[in-house]
Amino acid sequence: MLSYILRRLLLALGTAWAISVLAFIIIQLPPGDYITTYIAQLAADGTTVSDAEAAALREQYGLDQPIYVQYAKWMGQVMRGNYGMSMEWGRPVADLIGERLWLTVAVAIAAIIFTWILALPIGVYSAVRRYSLGDYVFTVIGFLGLAIPNFLLALALMYFGYVFFSANIGGLFSPELVDAPWSGAKLWDLIQHLPVPAIVLGVAGTAEMIRVMRANLLDELNKPYVKTARARGLAESRVILKYPVRVALNPFVSTIGYLFPYIVSGSIIVSLVLGLPTVGPLLLRALLAQDMFLAGAIVLMLGIMTVIGTLISDLLLMWVDPRIRMGAR
Amino acid sequence: MADIPLAPDAATTPNRSAGKVLVASQWQLMWWRFRRHKLAMAGTVVVLLFYVVVVLADFLAYSDPNSSEAFRSLLPPQPIHFFDQGTFRPHVYGLVGERDPATFKRIYVPDPENKIPVGFFVPGYSYKLFGVIPTNIHLFGALEGRTEDSIFLFGTDVQGRDIWSRLMVGTATSLTIGLAGVVVSLFLGLLLGGISGFYGGWVDNVIQRVIEILRSIPTIPLWMGLAAAMPRDWSVIQIYLAITLIISVIGWTELARVVRGRFLSLREEDFVMAAELAGCSRMRIIFRHMLPSFFSHIIAAVTLAFPAMILSETSLSFLGLGMRPPAVSWGVLLQQAQNVQAIAISPWLLIPAIPVILVILAFNFMGDGIRDAADPYS
Repeated sequence: MLSYILRRLLLALGTAWAISVLAFIIIQLPPGDYITTYIAQLAADGTTVSDAEAAALREQYGLDQPIYVQYAKWMGQVMRGNYGMSMEWGRPVADLIGERLWLTVAVAIAAIIFTWILALPIGVYSAVRRYSLGDYVFTVIGFLGLAIPNFLLALALMYFGYVFFSANIGGLFSPELVDAPWSGAKLWDLIQHLPVPAIVLGVAGTAEMIRVMRANLLDELNKPYVKTARARGLAESRVILKYPVRVALNPFVSTIGYLFPYIVSGSIIVSLVLGLPTVGPLLLRALLAQDMFLAGAIVLMLGIMTVIGTLISDLLLMWVDPRIRMGAR
Repeated sequence: MADIPLAPDAATTPNRSAGKVLVASQWQLMWWRFRRHKLAMAGTVVVLLFYVVVVLADFLAYSDPNSSEAFRSLLPPQPIHFFDQGTFRPHVYGLVGERDPATFKRIYVPDPENKIPVGFFVPGYSYKLFGVIPTNIHLFGALEGRTEDSIFLFGTDVQGRDIWSRLMVGTATSLTIGLAGVVVSLFLGLLLGGISGFYGGWVDNVIQRVIEILRSIPTIPLWMGLAAAMPRDWSVIQIYLAITLIISVIGWTELARVVRGRFLSLREEDFVMAAELAGCSRMRIIFRHMLPSFFSHIIAAVTLAFPAMILSETSLSFLGLGMRPPAVSWGVLLQQAQNVQAIAISPWLLIPAIPVILVILAFNFMGDGIRDAADPYS
């Protein structure tokens, strides 16, 4: 069991490292370096930068050194919590990302909770009442949920909200609370705004999860132990909920691992449509403006978040399913 | 499925003798089973129709997709009237521009008096059919006056470009990018998945870890980062190839997983051992004995990989990081529908969303059907 945890931790570290390299590549990819862009920007504002100042800046960011040294330096800075300056905003990257990162996580978690709350009962229903009208209805809705890209769903919801309720259903806060400091009222406001993004982001995952739950439960329902339970006169609800559902629950835990990156990834594009103050719009702006330190830091942070999410789901799964503990090499 | 090993579709075709089933080839059995899956058949037909559009895109369009004109900006969709006083004479009503007396906005009203006849095989803008034959004949268009100024089947966008025509051309772009992405992913997946499954050991370990790492990275931020690095002055073709590669970065992992799984399970089969004992070479074992028995599974995985590819391109272009004008793709078209106000005023800008959803559904149904039919002996 300990070796399993250790293996997972090592893998998580490896993934985190790979993500940091990818983030660094993204920073490095555009032609020219950060200082050239920076100087060009200052020149546009009417400030001239002398060669000595440029050289000093290059030295400060270590841009005159070989690429692996630059990577090591950047990582060193990141480890100490210094993500560099955003050139577009002229503020430290950490300040810009701060709250937005937590809101991204809040949206992702809301979407996962939505997925679970909906997929679990529907999956059980579809398996127990197989080929009933309800089963077919959910299957059709499920297929549609898989086929509609989430940003289109967001657009459609916005449109209907606008046409039928003449309300803006986007955003995460009411206009009067956007700039307010955190308080109970603001938190409540946030919770009230979460359902729409949660539905948009969760629908595809829910459809997938219903299918998995249905298939797993159908396999379990045919096993002899269910028959035994019935033969012993247990109430039907107890027969189903007590054992087969518990076994079929595994995928719910094991899929957080890839559900989480998937939802975070989707939230980037959905945030743009719904106008959510997550890191999504910030990342897009940063990339379009070639504000590479900001973009790199966002990709890195999102990656690390998903690594942690995956790790937690793996450990949860190990706790839920003893067979995985046994099977651990 | 253990009850029907010999007669996969005896129920639907009672006149087919059991003997025919016994001597039928693997592909024949798969086809019989696939055919029973009604949704999968419907999906296949829809997918084929979409690829017909891809091949004939310019022929089906009637207006030059990049011909913009301010005076026909944001025209609503215009129905074609097929009958004129009882006789079949397709026509559209000409539009008359007016000022809304209340808002002073320019609005267009159809004028039933001004009937513009619509005909088939009408000359229009020049293009190359199948990329080689220069022609200017289109499936349909206005018989009098310029088609560009007369027919707006799905309305026009802000720049006054015809949405139907752009949709046809955009379909070609989006679906070929999907195809190219799948081909690249398939190549990588077969190669790396095959190596991983066939050799096992540390090679397998390394490739599996790489796959796990790639799959745990949020894809859209990664793609956005890579796509944003494309130089601004790249040509449409260069961007096209770059996007294909970018969406394949993640796409190959799923295919590699399927291929590896198949290799692992087949390696233990008796017929592989028999071939080895008979002195077959490695290559012969792989290509003559192993590949045919999991080829169908790969086709299923490939079909199911399509929707993700198409969606990736659409999302990237929608964000403005993928294909860029003058290129036309579904994502580029949907960019016009990015904010609610635009859609509320002109809902037809959302029409390009319909083919996206249709084609994804169709590929999913088709893939499900192939997956169920992939193993005809089960």
